Amino acid sequence: MFIIKHKKIFISISIVLVLLSVASLFIFGLRVGIDFNGGALTEVVYKDSRPAQSDLDTAFKALDLGSVLIQPTGELGYIVKSLDLNEAQHILLLKTLSQDGESPLEEKNFNSIGPSVGRELTRKAIIAIVLVSLGIIFFIAFAFRKVSKPVSSWKYGLMAVVSLLHDVIIPIGLFTLLSYFYGAEIDTLFVVAALTILGLSVSDTIVIFDRIRENLKDKTGISFSEIVGKSLDQSYMRSIFTSLTVIIVLLSLFFFGPESTKYFALMLTAGMFFGTYSSIFLASPLLVLVEEWQERKK
Amino acid sequence: MFKKIVSILIVLILGTAVAFFVFKSEPKLNSNFQNEWSFFKNSPFRLGLDLSGGSHLIYKADVSGVKAGDISVSMDALRDVIERRVNLFGVSEPIVQVQSSGFVSGAEEKLIVDLPGVTDVEKATTMIGQTPLLEFKTEAPKDTPQKATVDKDGKVSLDTSPQFVSTELTGRYLQKASLEFDQTTREPKVSLQFDDTGTKLFAQITKDNVGKMVAIYLDGAPISTPVVREEIPNGQAIISGNFTPIEGKQLVGRLNSGALPVPISLLSRQTIGATLGSDAVTAGVKAAIIGFLIVALFLILWYRLPGFIAVLALCLYITIMLALFKLLPVTLTAAGIAGFIISIGIAVDANILIFERLKEELHTGRTISGAVDAGFHRAWSSIRDSNFSTIISAIILFWFGTPLIKGFALTLGMGVLVSMFSAIMISRIFLSGLVLVGEGKVARFLFSSGFSK
Repeated sequence: MFIIKHKKIFISISIVLVLLSVASLFIFGLRVGIDFNGGALTEVVYKDSRPAQSDLDTAFKALDLGSVLIQPTGELGYIVKSLDLNEAQHILLLKTLSQDGESPLEEKNFNSIGPSVGRELTRKAIIAIVLVSLGIIFFIAFAFRKVSKPVSSWKYGLMAVVSLLHDVIIPIGLFTLLSYFYGAEIDTLFVVAALTILGLSVSDTIVIFDRIRENLKDKTGISFSEIVGKSLDQSYMRSIFTSLTVIIVLLSLFFFGPESTKYFALMLTAGMFFGTYSSIFLASPLLVLVEEWQERKK
Repeated sequence: MFKKIVSILIVLILGTAVAFFVFKSEPKLNSNFQNEWSFFKNSPFRLGLDLSGGSHLIYKADVSGVKAGDISVSMDALRDVIERRVNLFGVSEPIVQVQSSGFVSGAEEKLIVDLPGVTDVEKATTMIGQTPLLEFKTEAPKDTPQKATVDKDGKVSLDTSPQFVSTELTGRYLQKASLEFDQTTREPKVSLQFDDTGTKLFAQITKDNVGKMVAIYLDGAPISTPVVREEIPNGQAIISGNFTPIEGKQLVGRLNSGALPVPISLLSRQTIGATLGSDAVTAGVKAAIIGFLIVALFLILWYRLPGFIAVLALCLYITIMLALFKLLPVTLTAAGIAGFIISIGIAVDANILIFERLKEELHTGRTISGAVDAGFHRAWSSIRDSNFSTIISAIILFWFGTPLIKGFALTLGMGVLVSMFSAIMISRIFLSGLVLVGEGKVARFLFSSGFSK
């Protein structure tokens, strides 16, 4: 009952976090990576020692490759970001990086994406986001079609969607900080992470709503807020544990997993964490709030 | 009771068999892998380009010159030609696929080429883009001025040998080329067989030029200039140039693979070095093992006996998934491994839902076996509903995805389905069998969990 009693505090925390995330999105913005914008990314590792970054910068200024951004990576490597490159330009780039063969290097990763491929991916991503959202909303509507008293089923659906938005917006807000301070860029995996959060977080909310639904059937004569409070008491532990196991493996993926999925794992961890928070401290308290408003209107 | 023990034994034996298969089919885990059954040898994990290293190329096909109805036919022909060219260079398991235009994929006809193990993009793109141009030319009347010609790829070349003029006969009318060796000199030569039109053209050319030279040009350079002795009506020609057997074999391959039916241009390419890929595999495996161990520890400490059962079920879940990856087969990418690792966490979810229910049912005073049945029964709707949304996401991601997204969606979606099966079937069989431990205080302690009173 603790949660229901202090529901306004918990709901406020969520509102503040969402507002901060949206604000951060507008202030810091998101860096869009080459997956969507097109461009080239070259990662090289030098055999013995890497040349000074300033030397390479000067060398690239003399060339006609557009703006070239060089970032050090690891002990001996550089990541070079540029416009998308054709064969000749790619060879030129490698030649410049190796200072005409004086600093031998190995190319670890090269990725050049034409602008049209980027546009295509953007369109695909938008369609996927729309479809996943629609699919989940229909699913929620279906899952709660039988509950109607005292709060009608579409309101359960609405609350689930509200907490869903909360669960996606906060990790995106965190990503803007990563983007601003560590140069993380939106890539395909970012979109996948957002869509996976949509799928995973709604499931948590549904487990608790399921409990409310069950308790509503069994008990009559107790107030709605008490039933919700009781349902929460019964299910918050398992909600936390089910998320905890996923968070454990995600953190393991973040700390030990491949470089390419690090930000992905971090974003999903945030999504799982706030997804659990929202299903316990946001969705159900909101339901009670809605029911109280209904009562007052009568 | 006897039935329950038998089912447990069956599950354990099947599980061990699957684990044995996964183990035996891994080259790294078996010292004399070469001597294993071919079934084992043919079931490795299939690694995506980002893990194995290699090149991923996306070409745009210019179909503006093709009638709308013929586009898919010429795209298929294009794929076949590129596939033959790629195979010619001995790339293992290349993937060449057409991505047709459409609402989702955009207005362009694309060809996607995956070349595992090829990290030299320049070489790769040259060998794909190379169009062998075979031409037959006849002696020109004297005093012909030099002229520039434009071939079908739009390349302008100055004809440096004005003593020959082009004829209609080109590699287009070639039916088959093959490598032969001269009976006496053992010199390699390429024998050509023209199709019907080519045969007629060739017969006409040889008839008109008896006693004169006919030049055979490859990629704009003369490789052979035989003198015609008589009309050749059967459409067979021999090129004997100064080439080595290997060059001859390559020429035959290139001639047979034919010219591209539509022009292509490179849109995007990605090359992943082999070291980067193997680092990612190592890191992925490490993350999976550590994640699994922590989750297993947590389950056993918190849920005690049922937790131990869950860990057992989780082991079976992992072996089933790994076997499916090998058998289906699923191409594993870094994102795919991430999806699998996440699915390990989700697979535990269902068990936790059941155990928490089980605990509650025990509190209401049921016997252990009654609580086990009720726990499974009442947790099922939550398990089904909570996994359903993840499956929706996975299906849509798979439908729309690039290879990267597909790998993730596939392993995650498969993981959710298999985990539902493992929680409902495997955990249940084990737990109902363990009801044998009786109803004593110790048994109730073993089935309880956490801070329960």
